[in-house]
Amino acid sequence: MVQFTLPKNSKIHTGKTWPKPEGATNVRKFQIYRWNPDDGQNPSVDTYFVDMDTCGPMVLDALIKIKNEIDPTLTFRRSCREGICGSCAMNIDGINTLACIYGMDEIKGDVKIYPLPHMPVVKDLIPDLTHFYAQHASIMPWLETRTNRPQTEWRQSIEDRKKLDGLYECVMCASCSTSCPSYWWNGDKYLGPAALLHAYRWIVDSRDEATGERLDDLEDPFKLYRCHTIMNCAKTCPKGLNPAKAIAHIKKMLVDRVV
Amino acid sequence: MRYLTARKRAEGRGASGTGTEHHWYMTVSAVGLAVMVPTFLYIFGSTLGGSHDEVLATFARPLPAILTGLVLVVGLNHFRRGAQIAIEDYSRGVTRKILLIFVITFTYFLMAAGLFALAKIAL
Repeated sequence: MVQFTLPKNSKIHTGKTWPKPEGATNVRKFQIYRWNPDDGQNPSVDTYFVDMDTCGPMVLDALIKIKNEIDPTLTFRRSCREGICGSCAMNIDGINTLACIYGMDEIKGDVKIYPLPHMPVVKDLIPDLTHFYAQHASIMPWLETRTNRPQTEWRQSIEDRKKLDGLYECVMCASCSTSCPSYWWNGDKYLGPAALLHAYRWIVDSRDEATGERLDDLEDPFKLYRCHTIMNCAKTCPKGLNPAKAIAHIKKMLVDRVV
Repeated sequence: MRYLTARKRAEGRGASGTGTEHHWYMTVSAVGLAVMVPTFLYIFGSTLGGSHDEVLATFARPLPAILTGLVLVVGLNHFRRGAQIAIEDYSRGVTRKILLIFVITFTYFLMAAGLFALAKIAL
C-alpha cells in the first residue's frame, strides 16, 4: 500500500550544526541527510558551512571538501568526477542528479542534499541499489546471437548504429528510476525507466538476435506497462536521455506484434 | 523475512505475457471516446430544459440512442480498465483484489443499468 507518511524510525530530525569556517567571507550553507545504521538513531539533517572561495564549483567538490575538512564521517559514493560512472547520484535541491556535474551556481539558497528517494539507505547518501542492479541484469544487457560468430566483427550499418544514440550513454546512476512514482509504488515488479531503456538498447540493436525473446520477457502489466508516461525520468536524467521515449518504442513494438 | 537472492527477487515471477491488449484497448477507446463524449454531451446538453417527453423523444431517435449505448459500454469499459490500473498502482495484496472485484462488479452493474434504461426509452 502507498505510504503517505514516513514510518516512525524514518522521520527526519534536526541534526548537528557544524561551525562556520573561520575568516571566510563567501560561505554557503549545506543541509545534508545523515543516517548511521549502527547508532540506532533516526535520520537527521546536519548543517555545514563551506568556504566557497576555496571550493570547486560542483556539488561533489563541496561534499569532498566537507568530508576532508569538516566531517570525515559523511558517507557518499563517488568515483570519476565527470559524469561517466554514475556513482554520485543523489537528490540535490529536489532533483535527482549527479553531484559531480551539478554546479552549485544552479542552486538558489541553501544546498539541500538527500539520498536518491524511495530506496533503502545503506548510510548517509548511499542508497541500496541491489534490486535496481538485479533488474538491470534481468533484461540481459549483452549481445545475444544465434548465428555462428563471424570471422571478424559483427557488422552494423551507420544508420543502425545511430539507433543506439540516446541509449548507450546511460550510466545506470538510477536518477530516473528513483524519480518515477510508478517505481516508488511498484519497484518490486516494475523494471523502471533505467532497466527498460537498457532493454530497448538491446532490442533495437541490429546485431542482437534475441529480439522476440526480449519482447516476450517484457510483456507484463507490471514489468513494462506500469510506465504511465509521467516523464519524470526524462526531466531528471543528468545525461539528457529520454527513457520514456524508449519505453514508448517498446510498447509500440509489442503492439505491432499483435495488430 | 525471506532469504532470496537479488536475481530471484527481480526475475522470479517471469513475464505474464499480457498487458499489450490492455494498452491497445485503452489507446483505441481513448481515441473513440474523444469523439463520442463531446458529441454525446452536445446531444445531452441540447435536451436540458426540455420537457420529459422531449427528452424521451430525443433519446428514442436511432443516432442518440446508439451513441448513448456506445458511450455507456466503451466509456465504462475504459473506466474499468483505468480504475484497475489505479488500484494496482496504489494498493497491495488482499486489499487490491477486493477493490478490483468491487470496481469490476460495480462497473458492469452501471453498464447493465444504463443499457436497461436506454432500452426502456428507445425501444
